[in-house]
Amino acid sequence: MPKLIPVPDPLSKPFWDAVNQRRLVLQHCADCDRLQYPPQQACQVCNSAAGLTWREVEGRGHIATYIVIEDGRLNRRMADQPYNLAMVTLDADPRVNFYSNLPGTPPYKVPVGAAVEVMFEDVAPDQLIHEWRVAS
Amino acid sequence: MTVPERYQWRRDKDGLGAWEHRGKVAVAGVGHSPVDRRWDGASMDKTLGAYSVLACRKAMDDAGVTPDQIDGVICCDSHIAGGSGGSASQWAPRPYFAPPYDSEWGLTLVNAKWLIAQMRLPNVKFAPTGLPTISEMVGMAAQAVGDGLCHTCLVIYPTGNLEGRYRRGGENADDYARGPRQWTAPWGNHGGNDFINIFPHRQYCLKYGGKHDDLAPFVVNQHRNGLLTPWGYNATHGVPQLTIEDYVNSRYVLNPLRLWDCDRPVNASAAYLFTTAERAHDMRQSPVYVLNHSQHNFRQRTTQADLDEIEHWTDCAARRMYEGARLGPKDVDIFNPYDGYAPMAQFFLEAFQWHGVKRGDAFAFYAGDIRVEGPHPFCSSGGNLGNGRTRTAMYTDSIEQLRGTAGARQVTVRAETALAAFTTPSNGGWIMFGKYPR
Repeated sequence: MPKLIPVPDPLSKPFWDAVNQRRLVLQHCADCDRLQYPPQQACQVCNSAAGLTWREVEGRGHIATYIVIEDGRLNRRMADQPYNLAMVTLDADPRVNFYSNLPGTPPYKVPVGAAVEVMFEDVAPDQLIHEWRVAS
Repeated sequence: MTVPERYQWRRDKDGLGAWEHRGKVAVAGVGHSPVDRRWDGASMDKTLGAYSVLACRKAMDDAGVTPDQIDGVICCDSHIAGGSGGSASQWAPRPYFAPPYDSEWGLTLVNAKWLIAQMRLPNVKFAPTGLPTISEMVGMAAQAVGDGLCHTCLVIYPTGNLEGRYRRGGENADDYARGPRQWTAPWGNHGGNDFINIFPHRQYCLKYGGKHDDLAPFVVNQHRNGLLTPWGYNATHGVPQLTIEDYVNSRYVLNPLRLWDCDRPVNASAAYLFTTAERAHDMRQSPVYVLNHSQHNFRQRTTQADLDEIEHWTDCAARRMYEGARLGPKDVDIFNPYDGYAPMAQFFLEAFQWHGVKRGDAFAFYAGDIRVEGPHPFCSSGGNLGNGRTRTAMYTDSIEQLRGTAGARQVTVRAETALAAFTTPSNGGWIMFGKYPR
């Protein structure tokens, strides 16, 4: 069963447009020089809206920790159980993290601390999502 | 029957100092309905509305007040199952019943308007809407009574559950992830306190040492305390005492989160009567004074809160509460943090440093004597894990311990102050009770 399909909104559309071009872009606050994800209307630290721009980042990170979903509540993901759900920190700013199912890594066999790299996965026609796989 | 516009009742900032109404507000009544697993869809005396009326009447009887004395009603009008409740929350599209059960109100939802009409409360002048949870409601009641917006206020917290698997409908049955869920649901996070806490919990085990099943003594003790709670689900439904073996052999939900780390959704209601300390003196029970209330709504930095963030939030919540109550960790006798998922309690225990427990010490503390008869009666209520998902056991036990009416759960240590909460590390609130006003 495929993953749930994200529905872009005006705020998130630039992010998903970039993902559909196989690029990872995050909000960057010029005023406090921080990356921000998920996107918000204003910088979470300094509350500046004007200082926010989209910045492409290198899709490299590390696995901070993980769980295995054995009995989740999402109808669309039932058939996938059990599956990994990892918390991946971004190397460019470890305060930013992402979820990942770690495609290619068997459930329960997650190398915590390992390096990962971004990849893009089809979830619907014309819609990719960002995923992370253990770096080779 | 409204609230003054922009009523600033929350104590949700640092540096607010001692609460201005400390010891001037009291809880004078408590009432619980029976706690059922679900409403059966047929018994009109067991609907969420009927149970809320029953809980209110019990709280009023407990205090010895009559309907005409009630001038404030604070009722949670949102559904505990939220937008993902699905078949476990909404009665529709099935046919409704004769009034007063001719809509969702009274069946799956209860609000002040419905309750005031059913209970014929003629003098209510304060009846706010939109309060999300019991922690906010008791805080608002304490502040409103202190501010003089009302003097005798019922707080009602209904928690509903119908047939069907809890939170498996609505947005969780959707193929699309909308709004904030676009950042979580595609990867499997259905959105809940379980996810908020399980990742930091894994980091906790790694940082401080220990393993998930070190929670077992805590969970087993919660069930023990629940069986000592006469109104709770476990005690009233013959649930056998959970054992360590049961726990470590239970199935995983979000591995390592086990089935027994999760509370049991129920259909029930509870009510509390808040009043001025002066009025409480003339009521039936010994007053239990409110020494402070505080709230928090911390903004998550990124996709998933990590251990550093959770520890910072809970430290902040503890600091605010202690400052407002003019008390410190050594002053707190009864400690009833929220336990809806077992792995969150350690964050609260260590932040508030109850009985000297510091960061990383919780598992060793759990392995000691935390029974109510012992020196460290942690979560003497049994919480949600021991009583079902009423989210009220923490409050009722705290009040009963200070009154000295906790029965088999009555602690043997001093019981003059009590902290209670329904809160996650990021959102919710705390309330400090005292046997004495100062």
